[in-house]
Amino acid sequence: MSALAPLAALTGAGFRRYTAYRAAMIGGAFTNAVFGLLRASVLVATLRSRGGPVGGYDQSTAVTFAWVTQALIAVVEMFTWNEIAQRVRTGDIAVDLSRPIDPQLAWAAADLGRAAAVVLPRAAPILLVGAATTGLALPTAATPYLLGAVSVTLATLLSFACRWAVNLVAFWIVEIRGVLGFYVSVSTTLSGLVLPVTWFPPWLSALARATPFPAMVQVPADVLIGRVTGAAALQALGVQALWLIAALALGRFVLARGRRRLVVQGG
Amino acid sequence: MVEQARRQREGTPPSTAAAYRTVLASRLRAQLQYPVSFGFDVVQAALGFLFGLVEVLGIFHNVPVLADLDVRAALLVYGLAAAGFGLANAVTGQLDTIPTYIRTGTLETMLVRPQPVLAQILTSDVTLRRIGASLVGAGTLAVALPLNHVAWTPAKVALVVVTPLVGGLLFAALFLAAGALQFWLVDAAEVTSAFVYGGNYAAAYSAGVFPLPLRLFVVFAVPVSFAAYLPAAAILGLPGPPGAPGPLGWAAPAVALLVWFAAMRLWALGLRHYTGAGG
Amino acid sequence: MTVIEAVHLTRSFERRAGRLRRSRTTVRAVDDVSFAVERGETIGYIGANGAGKSTTIKMTTGILVPTGGSVRTFGLDPVPARTAVARRLGVVFGQRSQLWWDLPLRESLRLLAAIHRLPAERWRPRETELVERLELADFLGRPVRQLSLGQRMRGEVAAALLHEPELVVLDEPTVGLDVLSKERLRTFLREDVAARGATLLLATHDMDDVRRLCERLLVVDRGRLVYDGDIPGLVARVGARRVLVVDLEQPLPPLTDVPDAELVAVEGDGVRQRLAFSPERTTAAAVLAAVAGRAPVRDLSVEEPDIEDVVRRLYLASGR
Repeated sequence: MSALAPLAALTGAGFRRYTAYRAAMIGGAFTNAVFGLLRASVLVATLRSRGGPVGGYDQSTAVTFAWVTQALIAVVEMFTWNEIAQRVRTGDIAVDLSRPIDPQLAWAAADLGRAAAVVLPRAAPILLVGAATTGLALPTAATPYLLGAVSVTLATLLSFACRWAVNLVAFWIVEIRGVLGFYVSVSTTLSGLVLPVTWFPPWLSALARATPFPAMVQVPADVLIGRVTGAAALQALGVQALWLIAALALGRFVLARGRRRLVVQGG
Repeated sequence: MVEQARRQREGTPPSTAAAYRTVLASRLRAQLQYPVSFGFDVVQAALGFLFGLVEVLGIFHNVPVLADLDVRAALLVYGLAAAGFGLANAVTGQLDTIPTYIRTGTLETMLVRPQPVLAQILTSDVTLRRIGASLVGAGTLAVALPLNHVAWTPAKVALVVVTPLVGGLLFAALFLAAGALQFWLVDAAEVTSAFVYGGNYAAAYSAGVFPLPLRLFVVFAVPVSFAAYLPAAAILGLPGPPGAPGPLGWAAPAVALLVWFAAMRLWALGLRHYTGAGG
Repeated sequence: MTVIEAVHLTRSFERRAGRLRRSRTTVRAVDDVSFAVERGETIGYIGANGAGKSTTIKMTTGILVPTGGSVRTFGLDPVPARTAVARRLGVVFGQRSQLWWDLPLRESLRLLAAIHRLPAERWRPRETELVERLELADFLGRPVRQLSLGQRMRGEVAAALLHEPELVVLDEPTVGLDVLSKERLRTFLREDVAARGATLLLATHDMDDVRRLCERLLVVDRGRLVYDGDIPGLVARVGARRVLVVDLEQPLPPLTDVPDAELVAVEGDGVRQRLAFSPERTTAAAVLAAVAGRAPVRDLSVEEPDIEDVVRRLYLASGR
């Protein structure tokens, strides 16, 4: 068990680090709340136009979905995160590589701490605003929350693993801004943040499911609001876990290649 | 007499307009220096709006009509909103770096130059690549306009040409107001996002999509509906939902000017607060 | 002509502290400061960090409004008349840049010439002069972000002086520069300001800056003006001490009991010792004799009044 102790310490450090950004987080929560209201309106209008459920969502689940996905943005970190890319650029990555602890796991632990730190200041206020404005239909049973917690954790780690791999592209490309921008655009669109994936035309929905992105937002949101339950929920968690393994593996592969490049360049 | 003699010796000083032109030209030249890189940046700026199109089309995959718009009308609205936003982003987008200017002290160096601070920010830090959204908008309009069988009159033609400029001015006012707010709020760069990008999102949809209180907000409080939906409704001859009548679209230029002046006033107050006069 | 006039100038800030940010303390960054600067003067504005130098400069240049009293620059109120003052003012901020980071230095100068609306016949010769005197030619075409600190500071000075301002204000301009760069910069400033009959206000806590450039000193301590006059006057007021530096044959324990002399430093485990004494009380010869009486002296030197020492003792004397 002693292998977990340093990771736990890193998680704590990540947590503490992000609690310092309180003021900025309120601004972020405000933005998410605004978008929650706007997206909920759009989804409801669509349902009204149909006169019934669309893609497996009725009015109450659609509205709740809109708010929950907005609340998840900060936790799962769907937007630009370029810390690792910066470290590669400045050469600080050498410090991470020289430590006795695996860098990917170390940063994953810190990222979990970050996610935990933002739950209260960013996720909770959004749900409160949602409850106060459009109303939320959150489940009353405990199971969706328990499964949801697991799902959100998996989603956070999955998001981290993908961000890690994308950031490491900095070993090869100097101006990573474009790559990151593209990643953010694609990932947010296909993740269910913009529209539920089930609302996409079949070809786009199939494309989305071939990526890990729905597992970052759509899946945990569906589990939390109780739209996906029982065996289906467990299956969804399983899919998340599989993507996580794949993404972590990809990240390790990219780092190994990047490391070689670092040595070759004498960094 | 002394002044005349000095001018003969030194030449007449350039006019204020010439001063701004020189700075602007220099910044644009510097940005266009690497065309390929610039091209990539423009595409990247356009990307968000391309994916926004995916959202619109996704909705209409499920329903034939959203509020009072069908897919063709919705594309028209989207195109107008994107075109306007791109313009605003290119001309005033750099206002979202005001928190950085304040933190690094750049704002203070602007205060010791003999030009208004806003003029300096708009000329010396213009970021042309942000025009990407306008390209998506223009493309969407090129497709949507012919698809919407409009009974064109000279007035409607004038309105559709002017609307991207109107939208640009409206969004620019949002950028300016959000920038001005940074002088009061300390760590609140995110608030800019809420207004500007939230406003842009709201502008891309029919006002009928929103519940009545929110609808009145986007028509009368932060009037982003005038950037695209209301002018489109006026052009298409739509009655519009309660609280957002279509004919209001003809007032769009006036509303944009009003909002711009309100934002300028807020900016002046913000600057005064920063230098301690109001604080 | 009075270039700057400060009358009971005061600036307070509110600091909110405590867990819930409930308790407020009012900090007086500048406290009832009055002085007048005439045309052509060279003023050193000295104080420790946080003593209120930068705040005063900001009020003089129109960046900040006083909370009490007034300041007039060129007879104008700097905040309402900001652009009028800015035309005749040149400011160098030590820790921030007014150059465009991604443009060559040459381009920054061109843009500033445009912003100040300088006709070509006026600013081109001036640019040539500045380039030559500040030795900018080697890096004029390089983007500012690639310049070393010393090169950048020379660029900043050129940018600030391009429009030949009547008042040159410098806020900690030599921080981080090596000795040679500092010296060259000071020499240029002294000559340029004198040649144009301009007025210089230098805020610094580097005593060498002051010694080289300024005829008059304003010393601030915690917001208050504690001295306004020339350097000899300051030395006379606080009393100047010369320092006798003795190199001994053998290391000796600290010489703390030499009459009329104060041991200020011991180096090399007692081989070199520095003894400060007041020329009014005793002489270098007497102190030397007292030391030589205890142990053989291999070498010696005498240092003149150190302004740092003088200012430090001024602070102590005014300590509240």
